[in-house]
Amino acid sequence: MELVRSHILCCTGTGCSSSNSLAIIEEFERCLKANGLEKEAKIVKTGCHGLCAKGPIVVVYPEGAFYTHVTVEDVEEIVTEHILKGRIVKRLLFNDHPDEAAAQALNETDFFKKQYRIVLRNCGVINPEDIDEYIGVDGYAALGKVLTEMTPQQVIDEIKASGLRGRGGAGFSTGLKWQFAANSVNDVKYVCCNADEGDPGAFMDRSVLEGDPHAVIEAMAIAGYAIGAHQGYIYVRAEYPIAVERLKIAIAQAKEYGLLGKNIFDSGFDFDLEIRLGSGAFVCGEETALMVSIEGKRGEPRNRPPYPAVKGLFGKPTILNNVETLASITWIINHGAEEYAKLGTEKSKGTKVFALGGKINNTGLVEIPMGTTLREVVEEIGGGVPNGKKFKAAQLGGPSGACIPASLIDTEIDYDNLTAIGAMMGSGGLIVVDEDTCMVDIAKFFLQFTVDESCGKCSPCRIGIRRMYEIMEKITGGTGTMEDLELLEELCYHLKNNALCALGQTAPNPVLSTLRFFKDEYIAHVVDKRCPAGVCKNLVSYSIDPDKCKGCTACARVCPAGAITGSVKQPHKIDPAKCIKCGSCIEKCKFGAISKG
Amino acid sequence: MKSLEELKAIREKMQSKVNIRKEDGDSIRVVVGMATCGIAAGARPVLNAFVSEVAKRNLGNVQVTQTGCIGVCRLEPIVEVYVPGQEKVTYVKMTPDKVPSIVAEHLVNGQAVTAYTIGAAE
Repeated sequence: MELVRSHILCCTGTGCSSSNSLAIIEEFERCLKANGLEKEAKIVKTGCHGLCAKGPIVVVYPEGAFYTHVTVEDVEEIVTEHILKGRIVKRLLFNDHPDEAAAQALNETDFFKKQYRIVLRNCGVINPEDIDEYIGVDGYAALGKVLTEMTPQQVIDEIKASGLRGRGGAGFSTGLKWQFAANSVNDVKYVCCNADEGDPGAFMDRSVLEGDPHAVIEAMAIAGYAIGAHQGYIYVRAEYPIAVERLKIAIAQAKEYGLLGKNIFDSGFDFDLEIRLGSGAFVCGEETALMVSIEGKRGEPRNRPPYPAVKGLFGKPTILNNVETLASITWIINHGAEEYAKLGTEKSKGTKVFALGGKINNTGLVEIPMGTTLREVVEEIGGGVPNGKKFKAAQLGGPSGACIPASLIDTEIDYDNLTAIGAMMGSGGLIVVDEDTCMVDIAKFFLQFTVDESCGKCSPCRIGIRRMYEIMEKITGGTGTMEDLELLEELCYHLKNNALCALGQTAPNPVLSTLRFFKDEYIAHVVDKRCPAGVCKNLVSYSIDPDKCKGCTACARVCPAGAITGSVKQPHKIDPAKCIKCGSCIEKCKFGAISKG
Repeated sequence: MKSLEELKAIREKMQSKVNIRKEDGDSIRVVVGMATCGIAAGARPVLNAFVSEVAKRNLGNVQVTQTGCIGVCRLEPIVEVYVPGQEKVTYVKMTPDKVPSIVAEHLVNGQAVTAYTIGAAE
């Protein structure tokens, strides 16, 4: 048997793939061959490590050298220096403190130090397209244990004891959900996985499916055993081609090994799995709409009750769990509910994955124990706000979520603390905004998203959100009044109380929370006709300071609207009637003579 | 696959391969000097011998890796063995045929092969 002494792990998640990791892999293959090393070092395609901002990422074991921003040109050096001679290429190593001479162990870096990886435990560690590697890290051991040593009720009790709550947003107890479905008497039941991750800026579920698809498959089989179902469906967005491809490979491998199919582990338990592709409707992330869509009909929500645990897919008892929830299940079975419940806060156990985005240095994926403060996430793990700007707020949970202002940055993140400040956990998108972001504009952005995505079945959502959006347009356009603000708030409450499904009920959240924490910005727009962050075009005007202008003509040449006039070496002028407020002139001016306000 | 035994067999086979990616510090490290001096003195066959010997015995807790010049080029190829909790042992003037006894006696049974060490050579 050959033993490879070195593993070269190349991230092939969506982030690194789009920054050319596939070409890097080809170059590795070529260089290894050229140096006669192809039998000694193995290239492993992995899922996401979480540090997407620093991609493409390559990790070389056994040294554990974590290379970032690797280019095709760097590959030869890694092979000839590191793989051949054992000299780590220091200039490519990840280091959050470049001024400190010593290279850090990866677990000691600010990005990884405070993380605790359960859901992402195998992402970036194993090859997601090789079931043997998954088995090598205890894969399918939990399914084996459940089928041979536990009764369905024991499985449910274990999940209940772990305190796991649904990671899709609402935070309902997973154990209870399974119990309800198990209690429903029916010969046919279903297990569904919600991988229709539609929030702008969220990509946790995609990364799990790309990096560790078997964890989800195994957990669905366990859920099937617990509630008495023999068929599962994974509802995944068609916009995730890599995730879909890896899921297909994983399901085929599991079937080949008999880990899906008839009589698994000789226990008499049958379980099969199919993939259904979503066609890009946000509302299909809502549970009733999702099930209708699996049935092949138009994805529209319906009234609850009956809840899916009683009457779900094809009218049968069904459980629907989010990808991240499922990815926690096997860890709980393997390590015990007690271990899991040690993590987190009193009512929110375990860990939560967040997709960090927006104005933050370490854009990427982080998994933290519940109870970690927002400050730790943004400033330590996330590496703070770039370009020395000030942190203004974090938007959690996308269009259904709310913002947390800088004054509450020390909030410990868990379900109940977030609810208490009017926010919600959401699915895990965490968008950081800095002082250059207008909070009114960002609330308008999310409303535009929900206007587009409303399915139109109920009028509060179909008409209500559109009216709210129109008011926001008035405010950002400079024609808003104080009465508009009152009307906006009133509409929020009507929508919350009357919309049919969570899409409509939560759509006002971005408006409500910005009204609560950033009322002064709304008032500045309405009363002073001013946008404090300088974002809303109608409320911004550009001017040239004649004392600072040297008449270099750079601004006049770059202006696409021909709004700037003036002769060489004479102060220039902007014609506000022609100015389209694109900001090109400010970027071009070397003398800081142009200002907006 | 129909039984837990089969699953266990795959797991054990794969574990030794995947374990290389753990950063836990309880594994034995075999470090081969692979700078120009080491390579010129024949370090590559030694490295390969370690790799295949470790593979043959399916030793999941051994990592074979390389390093640069240690400074005593006249004694190359040099191999250092780090067993957790013990002092490191340095083997010098290594050849592929010395490898099996080091793997058997030192890595498996915990007894350094003193005849090949730097202490014996000096």
